[in-house]
Amino acid sequence: MTACPDKAMLLEALFDGELDAVHAAEMEAHMAGCASCQGAFEALGAMRAMLRAPGVREAAPERLRARLATEAVATPAVANDDHARPVVRRRWMAGLGGGLAVAACAMLAIFVGPALRGDGLEEELVAGHVRSLQASHLIDVATSDQHVVKPWFDGKLDFAPPVIDLAQQGFPIVGGRLDYIDHRAVAAVVYRRGRHLINLFIWPSDRAPPAGKHTVDGYTLLDWNKGGMTYWAVSDVNPNDLVQFESLHQSRAPG
Amino acid sequence: MTVEDVDARRRFATLALPHADAAYNLALRLTRSPETAEDIVQDAYVRALASFDAYRGGDPRAWILMIVRNRFYDWARERKLKATAPLSAVGDDGEDDFDYWDPDQQTPEDALARKDEAASVQSMVDGLPPRLREVIVLKEMEDLSYRQIAEITGAPMGTVMSRLSRARALLAETWTRRQEGAR
Repeated sequence: MTACPDKAMLLEALFDGELDAVHAAEMEAHMAGCASCQGAFEALGAMRAMLRAPGVREAAPERLRARLATEAVATPAVANDDHARPVVRRRWMAGLGGGLAVAACAMLAIFVGPALRGDGLEEELVAGHVRSLQASHLIDVATSDQHVVKPWFDGKLDFAPPVIDLAQQGFPIVGGRLDYIDHRAVAAVVYRRGRHLINLFIWPSDRAPPAGKHTVDGYTLLDWNKGGMTYWAVSDVNPNDLVQFESLHQSRAPG
Repeated sequence: MTVEDVDARRRFATLALPHADAAYNLALRLTRSPETAEDIVQDAYVRALASFDAYRGGDPRAWILMIVRNRFYDWARERKLKATAPLSAVGDDGEDDFDYWDPDQQTPEDALARKDEAASVQSMVDGLPPRLREVIVLKEMEDLSYRQIAEITGAPMGTVMSRLSRARALLAETWTRRQEGAR
């Protein structure tokens, strides 16, 4: 239904709540006696309902949120230099499943906190761990079966992370995901100990002997090297359990 | 990194990250490519952070959306320079591009063919020229005021109103055609 030609714009302004009281009253008085304008007003409402229907406005994919939180925000700001930073493409992440459930963005703002506290590796690892706690979908492949987790990493990383089954020892696998630590894609295998999660980050490295046990923000971090891989375990589990986890894992990992 | 930098970044994170959905949705409707939309949003956030010093309050969502929109037109211009076939709907700020329909737009028939209701609505929006598409997204999906839309798009309020009106008329036309086709 079409509004009176001279009233069309006013009608839309009324519909959008942009008319002052005087014009709004005038327009409403006109509509009371004009079926066309009434119909047009209703049509605007129907179109708005259509455009605001669930699913039409799309939420940012989880991987984009993670990129914004950990990369854009944690990257040194380049003031007044428009061309200093090209669009950063993370094609390797394109392999991650899309359409993941949406975490409240406020959470991201919270766990950006630790990541911003310094540019240290440990803070990054803790941030990665905390992310996985706050949003269960940050486990990209959720399974207790190491034979599912292991091949899942194939083709997503340029190395094959050892995935060790420790269910018999009280550390069942919850799943795995890709993470981005220290400027590279790494594997994160998630284990469970009781109600606590342990994130085990793995990437190839032949760096200097590890520093051992650390504590950041109440989380315990343990790192070790074996078979050309660097391992970092992060958890809020009892530190003794984490030490046990390390030795169990070390004894079974290829070396 | 100085303490001040960290504080500024935290403020930025608190202010800007909650608007990732709005930023992505606008970028997605403008680019019609999820992959490009993600790149544009990320680039916009990097730029937003870089110019955070210059941010003087105001609605942070409108600020982010303005940067996203500008990044889109930068990208479209670059693409236009590279492409052999010009992107007719993206050009100078002249009013004459309103009646162009983007060459690679979804046709109403495509919209008809799409079973999913939300996707069908999106394809109708995507069929609009960019400058009409953006006002529909900003008004109907983001519920911004004419004034905010004018600030984001750099157009006078009157222009925003006429674009919005034209966009709604085109959408209504497509919608009617779609409903007739469904019968």
